[in-house]
Amino acid sequence: MVSIGHYLFLSVAMLAVGVVGIVTRRNVIIILMSVELILNAVNINLVAFSRLAGSVEGQIFAIFIITDAAAEAAVGLGIIIAFFRNRETVLADEMDILKW
Amino acid sequence: MEYFLAHIWMIPLFPLAGAALMFFFGRKLPDIGVNVICVGSVGLSMVYAFGAIAQLIARPVAQRVVDVVLFDWVPAGAMHTTAGHLANFNAQWGMLMDPLTAVMLFVVTGVGFLIHVYSTGYMAHEGGYYRFFGYLNLFMFSMLTLVLGNNLLLLFVGWEGVGLCSYLLIGFYFLRKSASDAGKKAFIVNRIGDAGFILGLFLLSGTLGTIRFTEIGPAIAARHFEIGNAVMTAIALLLFVGATGKSAQIPLYVWLPDAMEGPTPVSALIHAATMVTAGVYMVTRMNAVFQLAPLALAVVATVGAFTSIFAATMGLVQNDIKRVLAYSTVSQLGYMFLALGVGAFTSGIFHLMTHAFFKALLFLGSGSVIHAMSGEQDMRKMGGLWSKIPITAKTFMVATIAISGIPPLAGFFSKDAILGAAFDARPALWVIGFVTAGLTAFYMFRLVNMTFFGESHVSHEAEHHLHESPPAMTVPLMILAFLSFVGGWIGWPTALGGSDRFAHFLDPVIAHYAEPAAGAAEQARLGTEYALMAASVFIALVGIWTAYQFYIKKPSVPETLAANWGGVYRLLYNKYYVDQIYDAMFVNRTKDLASGLGSFDRGVIDGLGVNGAGFLTRVMSSISMWEDKWIIDGILNLGARIVWVLSYPVRMLQSGRVGNYALWIVLGVLLFLGYYLRMAGVMSNVLHFWKA
Repeated sequence: MVSIGHYLFLSVAMLAVGVVGIVTRRNVIIILMSVELILNAVNINLVAFSRLAGSVEGQIFAIFIITDAAAEAAVGLGIIIAFFRNRETVLADEMDILKW
Repeated sequence: MEYFLAHIWMIPLFPLAGAALMFFFGRKLPDIGVNVICVGSVGLSMVYAFGAIAQLIARPVAQRVVDVVLFDWVPAGAMHTTAGHLANFNAQWGMLMDPLTAVMLFVVTGVGFLIHVYSTGYMAHEGGYYRFFGYLNLFMFSMLTLVLGNNLLLLFVGWEGVGLCSYLLIGFYFLRKSASDAGKKAFIVNRIGDAGFILGLFLLSGTLGTIRFTEIGPAIAARHFEIGNAVMTAIALLLFVGATGKSAQIPLYVWLPDAMEGPTPVSALIHAATMVTAGVYMVTRMNAVFQLAPLALAVVATVGAFTSIFAATMGLVQNDIKRVLAYSTVSQLGYMFLALGVGAFTSGIFHLMTHAFFKALLFLGSGSVIHAMSGEQDMRKMGGLWSKIPITAKTFMVATIAISGIPPLAGFFSKDAILGAAFDARPALWVIGFVTAGLTAFYMFRLVNMTFFGESHVSHEAEHHLHESPPAMTVPLMILAFLSFVGGWIGWPTALGGSDRFAHFLDPVIAHYAEPAAGAAEQARLGTEYALMAASVFIALVGIWTAYQFYIKKPSVPETLAANWGGVYRLLYNKYYVDQIYDAMFVNRTKDLASGLGSFDRGVIDGLGVNGAGFLTRVMSSISMWEDKWIIDGILNLGARIVWVLSYPVRMLQSGRVGNYALWIVLGVLLFLGYYLRMAGVMSNVLHFWKA
């Protein structure tokens, strides 16, 4: 049967992919997509536990997170665009103004 | 109490006020203002003094002691004398009036006033007019404090004050090196004597517990000192040391001839009439102590006699008119101390008074001569002045006859009283006094002959200016001549039919320990007295005749004598080389000590000490600087560098690249996760699941 473990494993796998994406990728838009991936992984986790626990709170929280993710994506893109207008780049490597 | 007797404390204050006014305002005052203030202040003192004397005489004999206290000066309180008695030491600023003070006041204020008047004429063309009179007034204040003081400490205040004024006035023309040297010499030699005085004062106050004149007599009587007591002898000798300094006796007379550098009125007032007599006054005042010490009296008499003849021999050959008078003063002071030493205290004071009259007259007269001669003081350049300056000449002659001891002038009575007492007590000293009397007559008439008679050796320029002095100068001369003439009559001896009122007047001041031998030898005594009087007059006439022969009849004789007895002449002319001996023995030794200490001060104290300390401080400061620069700063820099080095890896973390930051976050989360998972033992479960 498909148990809670499978869903958790899926969630962790998506999380891992998202983390690796954040750490590894150069293009900040891809990093933003990886963040979305992590948030969705959390969603899957929450829904899985909500099904397991039989209460609906997990799912409600998941809807909050979706909303939050949307807002965050908008803001993040706005920052990227502002930065691009100043520095002409979308590569994380070249965004090192705050270095020592 | 009668007015003047109650107000004797004001007598010294008038001249003090004059001196103070000169000090503050003298520079702005015209000469006439100075005259009114200074001569007037002394005139006021004289009026008050004469009034006090008159009121004292009006009293019966037993009541002729007046003590007026102004304030407690040194109320030292309870003390133990050396013998263990309890005493209350209290030195007050108080004035004592008794017969001895009366005589001194008469001399000091009377002669002092005349000299002040004279000075208005003599100093009229000199600079520093107000300064002169200021000093003169200060001197009068000091001298009057000396004679009026009711205790030995206040006397000493006046004693020091007259010494100071002596220095100021001798060195009045301070721009002249010889004058300022003479002033220093006077003060320093005086101070040597004062050391003895102070020791005597301490010993006296320690022994008796009091230094007040009215209490010394009763204190001595209470303690029953025997005649010849050692402590009393010590006190007397120490006080006498002070007197030798002040009154120019051997060995401390050397300052007086040099003191002639001062203006002539100064020589008259200080070195003839008043200051030098302070020693005689002090010994007489302390006669209660001296009479308990026959040894001390012997010393006093011998020193007096030897000084007398010693100075007279030096006066024989001096050519400066004031120098002759200076040696004459030392010689006559010797007579006074001779009198005191043989117990004839009243005769000593009598001679003090008559000497004040004729010596002041001699000095003022010589000043008048010098004034007429436009400053010339060498007698070899004078001569034949009798007709040119008659008043000066005639008054001078009166004084010269008086000092030679020719009756009925003043000098005869006082000198004869002294010689008579000396003959009774110490005939050997009488011989010295007798010879000195002859020498005195000789050198005084030598002076008169060289100055007023004989051939004129006056230079042409001086001759044009020869004139008699103004009345301000001649009137005091005439008054003093009158006193020189009649001043001795107050002590007309009983042998010649008088009542010797002077001796009777002063007698209450003298302590009497042993009853004088009465009547039996009276008749033989009288014969001796007449013989002595005749002898005195005879030797004086011999001196006068010799002076006449040497300087009028055969003027070449002195030069021949000087040539034949060259060695003796040079010895006398150079004052027995005493000044040179003192220089070699004391003055140069002191200067050597001073320069040695000076070298020590410069080399060791300044060199090692001050400069060395400075050097060490500089060394310390450079070490400190090095330490500050290298060590302190080094530590700080080291700290900073450590932080810099350590910061390297931390700095590298801040790459500014978000990716790196994200990586670190993830790694941290994994670490935490791993830790908690281990704790929870979850790993095995997951593995389990994975296997399944």
